[in-house]
Amino acid sequence: MLNNNRPAWWEGFLAGDMRSLARAISAAEDQPALAHAALAELGGRLGRAHVVGITGPPGAGKSTLTGRLAQELLSRGFSLGLILVDPSSPFTGGAILGDRLRLPDISGDPRVFVRSMSSRGSMGGLSRATGDAIKLLDAFGKDVILVETVGTGQAETDIVSVADSVVVVAVPGLGDDIQAMKAGILEIADLFIVNKADRDGADKTERELRSMLRLQEQAQGEWDVPVLKTVATSGQGIQEAVDTLRAHYDHSEKSGGLRERRRNRIRMEINDLLGARMLRELRQQMTAADLAAAADRVIVGEITVYQVVDQLWSLFANSAVFILRGV
Amino acid sequence: MEKKLRILIAKPGLDGHDRGAKVIARALRDAGMEVIYTGLRQTPEQIVNAALQEDVDAVGLSCLSGAHNHLFPKVVELLKERGAADILVFGGGVIPDDDIPGLKVAGIREIFTPGTSTESVIEFLRSNAQQ
Repeated sequence: MLNNNRPAWWEGFLAGDMRSLARAISAAEDQPALAHAALAELGGRLGRAHVVGITGPPGAGKSTLTGRLAQELLSRGFSLGLILVDPSSPFTGGAILGDRLRLPDISGDPRVFVRSMSSRGSMGGLSRATGDAIKLLDAFGKDVILVETVGTGQAETDIVSVADSVVVVAVPGLGDDIQAMKAGILEIADLFIVNKADRDGADKTERELRSMLRLQEQAQGEWDVPVLKTVATSGQGIQEAVDTLRAHYDHSEKSGGLRERRRNRIRMEINDLLGARMLRELRQQMTAADLAAAADRVIVGEITVYQVVDQLWSLFANSAVFILRGV
Repeated sequence: MEKKLRILIAKPGLDGHDRGAKVIARALRDAGMEVIYTGLRQTPEQIVNAALQEDVDAVGLSCLSGAHNHLFPKVVELLKERGAADILVFGGGVIPDDDIPGLKVAGIREIFTPGTSTESVIEFLRSNAQQ
């Protein structure tokens, strides 16, 4: 498909041109079909990068930490891609992407490519196009890709579906028993970083994380989730953090965990894409007026929302048969 | 899928007054655009690198130090050198009327001085920055 209709950036992308890479990522955002066709031809170049996700509550210092990790990785000779995701306005769709502000001056280094992305309405901490942007950076040949999520609360765990190693950033003083990070986000960490460790309460936060981790069952040979302390503004603890991230990657590769993780990730991705596509198909078959009419029937108690969905589903299932069998 | 306008707002030079730049950034956000805000004291080289990596449609430069006659054209020149002459450059800040014609000749498409309404900036970008 791409053969007949190569995008203008294709040759440049293959030749390692930075602006072509930037254009390719824009295509992932604005013209996904084009980006998907390109990715289909880049298959052989995928899966070589170490994808590191950085997540945590707003104000934890994720951007500053990301910048420091980037500096340290560069000094060790890695080429880098950075994706910095900030929220979009739910009202206007606009966004102020300010994460670049916190980066040290690394963007002039030709080994680094930094891209800010708006979440464009996605709720899981990333944007719809983030996964494709990661794949494009991977195919472009970046060794390590750092992905910083929007400031997250307890349940935005999309990062686990794109990253080989997940860093959860905590800070002292966010409440007893780490209120800000209960079930969801605590379970996805491969490394905890207590940032702003020069502040009061850092030791307490560290202790709480460790005791919580001790409650988790651990199988023989499984990665033991470390808790590190950093002061990103001064660089304290950054070398150890990078050592640990690389150790996690090596451990995952050797133990087969990386393969397993990527397999799960692809399964989830297929599920998600399929779900989104089915929803789109289904929505095409009903109008806003149909939905409003159904809502009115629910309001007067004639029918429940569950019955509406059952009825719509039976309509869809009939037409969906050919979609599923056609695959 | 709708193409979103992406605009880089940057402050070249050494002055620390970023209120104007922030007001514009905020207004463009409210107009539904994606604004990449790079903050204070950026060199023209840093600004151009960011513009290329972020694949923006336009670069807005704010300068209140008086160095606009040097810094603004430098950004245009570097964009040209890097094959990105298609990225629109506009400017704002305390810029004397006498300097504006020269800046336009140097490739800065529009200059917005104090008192400009944010609507006129939005309107300018909507009609000129779409590729």
